Amino acid sequence: MPAPAILAEDLVKTFGDVEALKGVSFGAPTGTVLGLLGPNGAGKTTALRILTTLLRPDRGRAEVLGVDVTVDPVGTRMSIGLAGQNAAVDANLSGRENLRLVGRLTHLPSAEIKRRSDALLEQFDLTRAENRLVRTYSGGMRRRIDLAAALVHRPPVLFLDEPTTGLDPRSRTDLWGTIEDLVADGTTVLLTTQYLEEADRLADRIVVIDHGAVIAEGTATELKGRLGNTVIEVGFGDAAGVARATEQLARLGAISTDGHQLRLSVTNGAAAMLAAVRALDAADLQPLTLALREPTLDDVFLSLTGHAAEEPTPSEDDDASPTGTRRGRRTKTGMAST
Amino acid sequence: MTAPSATIAARASVVHVGRPRWFGDALTIAWRNVLNIRRNPELLVFSTIQPVIFVLMFTYVFGGAIKVPGVRYIDYLMPGIFVQTVVFGSLTTGVGLAEDLQTGLIDRFRSLPMARSAVLVGRTFADLLRNVFVVALMAVVGYLVGWRPDQSALSVLAGLGLVLAFSYSLSWLFANVGLYARNSETAQAISFPIMAPLVFASSAFVPVATMPAWLQTFAEHQPVSVVVDAVRGLTYGGATTQEVLAAVAWIVGIVAVCAPIAVRKYRQVV
Repeated sequence: MPAPAILAEDLVKTFGDVEALKGVSFGAPTGTVLGLLGPNGAGKTTALRILTTLLRPDRGRAEVLGVDVTVDPVGTRMSIGLAGQNAAVDANLSGRENLRLVGRLTHLPSAEIKRRSDALLEQFDLTRAENRLVRTYSGGMRRRIDLAAALVHRPPVLFLDEPTTGLDPRSRTDLWGTIEDLVADGTTVLLTTQYLEEADRLADRIVVIDHGAVIAEGTATELKGRLGNTVIEVGFGDAAGVARATEQLARLGAISTDGHQLRLSVTNGAAAMLAAVRALDAADLQPLTLALREPTLDDVFLSLTGHAAEEPTPSEDDDASPTGTRRGRRTKTGMAST
Repeated sequence: MTAPSATIAARASVVHVGRPRWFGDALTIAWRNVLNIRRNPELLVFSTIQPVIFVLMFTYVFGGAIKVPGVRYIDYLMPGIFVQTVVFGSLTTGVGLAEDLQTGLIDRFRSLPMARSAVLVGRTFADLLRNVFVVALMAVVGYLVGWRPDQSALSVLAGLGLVLAFSYSLSWLFANVGLYARNSETAQAISFPIMAPLVFASSAFVPVATMPAWLQTFAEHQPVSVVVDAVRGLTYGGATTQEVLAAVAWIVGIVAVCAPIAVRKYRQVV
């Protein structure tokens, strides 16, 4: 197997007494997309900042294209592109001027800057807005020009920090299409996201991070496979209904609950559905909703973090405590991401 | 969207990414900052209206009550106005940097193979260009309300050059404030308590001799007074070499201390 284009080995980073990363390892072979999935404050952005030379790790190894980023930061910067969640372009420059700015700062010949800018503006559907100041752009256009700016110098490795956070569904789908085109082009991508759907759609492999540690890793299919093949979702008008139904259905498969909803992971969907209906009917329980569906990464996240709800309630202080690795809030965060 | 096959073909062409060039990179950043100044003309207008009001106020409102022996008040005042203008104007260096940190633009710059010093060198250079414009404008306004230097044109130009050099050194001082503050509101809040005593407890508007004794020692030797006195001499009445050298020493000293600290802070800033 060739050396991975992106490699993190046992990365540790502490801010004050907060351990942002507690020994995180992952890798992405050339031409693949790796998704770092986790809630806010999980440590995804810290890992990305280390790999893009913005931050030095306290311990561990970070490599891009086989080069240690702390040993040769300039060489690393020459081969990476970074697009951030805050759309880090100059709002007082036009779209084209922003691309020229990056082109000059990566020291491309001016003819090449022009060529690349033309191609990117065209590719990102910004040609008509190229001379407008970015401060007049919509949220989706800003993300596109931000991504275009990260591509001016054709970096073989691209880092995307929550590329679609805050975008409307339509712009998000458009941007996903664009990222897929880049990957088809052979670019290696590291993507951080809190959207399970996004990781599912874009990433070849997914690393789930929480509280500075990797809690699961695999392809979307593998992660879903941990849950059985099918999910039965039962909704009630109150939590009492959920509690009673949990008693009735527990023998059929793994159950996770969330407010007024119960999710039952099963292997034989149709048979389990029939059994569930009979059990609910026998107990005289009337669910509001009842559905059979394929598992999503939301289910994975809930089941990975669902243990938390059963443990003693931790403090609400999410980010400050370096100790908690299993926390109740993860369930809530997982839901918030849907 | 371009078809994947077309982009793959394009990828075959060599990419000429080059290594950092400190001078070229600084020029690029200066270009970007000058565009920012031009795209926000209201900021430029605001930063010139305030000194114009000061000129008018001190000339026509307070001027009658302030008597400086041996010189018309407007000729005494203008050097102080020039220096005061660039002191308050240098706030924008820090605020602008803090804004770039806040929006994440600095993150982009730091992820590019550009010279580490360029963001600071480029910005302070752009701010210097802005000050050239502001100082020239103030000179015109001063002339219109009766400012008449009695020294040679060369000496007056040297005085204005000293004002600009001082403004450049202050940009480096307030670059540190911006990097430390990390957001524009904090940068402004930190800056005012630094600027106010420098500007008002100085010889900019009134002779230091009129101040209480305990304040005079500070007021006489602090950089604003020293630069104002030198510029005053260069424009009216004649300056001693010692006055000019003292001003130059302050300017060189501020850059020598603040620039390396700012560049170091920029490298480390998270």
